[in-house]
Amino acid sequence: MIRDIFRKNQKKKYATIPTEKAKNDVPEGIMMKCPECRKNVFTKDLMKNLKVCPTCDHHMKMTAHERVEIFLDENTFESMDDHLETVNPLNFPSYTEKIKSDAKKTGINEAVLTGVGQLEGQKVVVAIMDSHFRMGSMGSVVGEKITRAIEKATELQVPFIIFTASGGARMQEGVLSLMQMAKTSVALRRHSDHGLLYISILTHPTTGGVSASFASVGDINIAEPKALIGFAGRRVIEQTVREKLPEDFQTAEFLMEHGQLDAVIHRKDMREKVTTLVQMHMSKEVSTW
Amino acid sequence: MVKTLPFEEPVVQLKAKIEELKEYTVTADVDMTAEIENLEKRLQRLEKEIYENMEPWDRVQVARHPSRPTTRDYIQLLFTDFIELHGDRLYGDDAAIIGGIALFDGKPITIIGHQRGADTKENIKRNFGMPHPEGYRKALRLMKQAEKFNRPIICFIDTKGAYPGKAAEERGQSEAIARNLVEMAGLKVPVISVVIGEGGSGGALALGVANHIHMLENSTYSVISPEGAASILWKDASLAKQAAEAMKITAPDLKKMNIIDGVIREVYGGAHRDSEAQATYMKEVLLNSLRELSKLSAEQLIDERYNKFKHIGEFTE
Repeated sequence: MIRDIFRKNQKKKYATIPTEKAKNDVPEGIMMKCPECRKNVFTKDLMKNLKVCPTCDHHMKMTAHERVEIFLDENTFESMDDHLETVNPLNFPSYTEKIKSDAKKTGINEAVLTGVGQLEGQKVVVAIMDSHFRMGSMGSVVGEKITRAIEKATELQVPFIIFTASGGARMQEGVLSLMQMAKTSVALRRHSDHGLLYISILTHPTTGGVSASFASVGDINIAEPKALIGFAGRRVIEQTVREKLPEDFQTAEFLMEHGQLDAVIHRKDMREKVTTLVQMHMSKEVSTW
Repeated sequence: MVKTLPFEEPVVQLKAKIEELKEYTVTADVDMTAEIENLEKRLQRLEKEIYENMEPWDRVQVARHPSRPTTRDYIQLLFTDFIELHGDRLYGDDAAIIGGIALFDGKPITIIGHQRGADTKENIKRNFGMPHPEGYRKALRLMKQAEKFNRPIICFIDTKGAYPGKAAEERGQSEAIARNLVEMAGLKVPVISVVIGEGGSGGALALGVANHIHMLENSTYSVISPEGAASILWKDASLAKQAAEAMKITAPDLKKMNIIDGVIREVYGGAHRDSEAQATYMKEVLLNSLRELSKLSAEQLIDERYNKFKHIGEFTE
């Protein structure tokens, strides 16, 4: 009996209660947990699978550089405008520090990577937004980089392809961010007036001011499966209309059903499909048979 | 009685006192002309001091004043023979945006603008001036029509923003706004936009890719409302006043940042104090813009718009 008491105490002493945090604790770098189905997967395998979960087919977020790796011909990408630097026009506290730390974290100067590359030997200009940088939000530098990329495509007379991933306009730069929507639009207009192809590929998430500008006006609009795409945030809409929104609201499939997209394409097929589309648009002559 | 705003309280009180004295002179048969004159001089000084030193938050209040003139009021005051045209030819007619053809100084012109309601009933019909996609598509249809018939376009911007609703998303709110931005960039006729009240985000910009952008002195133009900015940046919507200052959303601020071309002065206390006088101020500005822009070719107009927006943004390289 006395022993029992001791045993009890002993048990208590060594009891370990796994915390929620610990349960999710996977050794960094070796394994990753799919945010959708919570299954563990080896990072090495995941990269081979283009960051698509082998179990549930969830398309995970990619960095801009990873996207270059899987989309363009090997070693053809030359980045542009990496020297542009964000300033703090409205003097928001700690804005500059946040930009600096995100730049360090992601290895890009702002939330978009732009440059010239090739698809099966065909030159294209690409802009790839990275949601790891300030949620991919658009301020002056993002607007300027995208505009210069479009201008480059017009100058080279080649297609412009963008991968969007953005929470929208960047609050900390106020109305300057809003005006980037207009700036990129005037550049797209000029590119289009030259009869050039613009393909917009919407990835998770594409919302707000980015969705309400260049992302939605491709000659061809494509999305990755299940990507969140919309103008207003789900919570804002629920508060305004006071009704529960359907589960698939603002997903790529929802937009497809409502006629807002040309296609939803799996990541593993993206390069091939887009390459085919680009090749179909390269002849300026009217075909004769 | 027009609703008084807190910042102008001293002016209103002094005005009331002067009225009181004037009445008193009549009924009591005492000569107080000198006192009244003195007070009226003081009123002038006070008005100048208060109305020429308005804080951003004061301007937000004026921009949102329930009696502030709307698109329809300016159409009546500035143009003749207005014929309203309805519908987007795709889905419906959005009452949150009105548009049509009228004569300005005897010449045909296309007018498009956000339309708020004058009272609750009308506000429900007009969705508080917050458009659905069909509103933007109607606007674009009228712009294309103006282009075909070589008419200049005047847009009045007055919205809290595009409507954040389920149906709006289903019908492509993003695409409707985005399409207008790109299409306006290519219009071959002069486009002039005037922010007359609140210019809320993408929903305002969709009527704003213009050759000349003017703002009424007490209007605002912003990426997000001060309340929204406060709740996102400081997690507290009650800090809206501070956000209004920090976000730089007033006409004088936007002029300083070179985003707009001009600030249209307002009558003391705001356009709602005297909409007719306000319309004459606006008419002069619009005529000047039209005179300047009508000299330009289609190509020059498009290039001018390109260069204007191309240069907005702050960064270093």
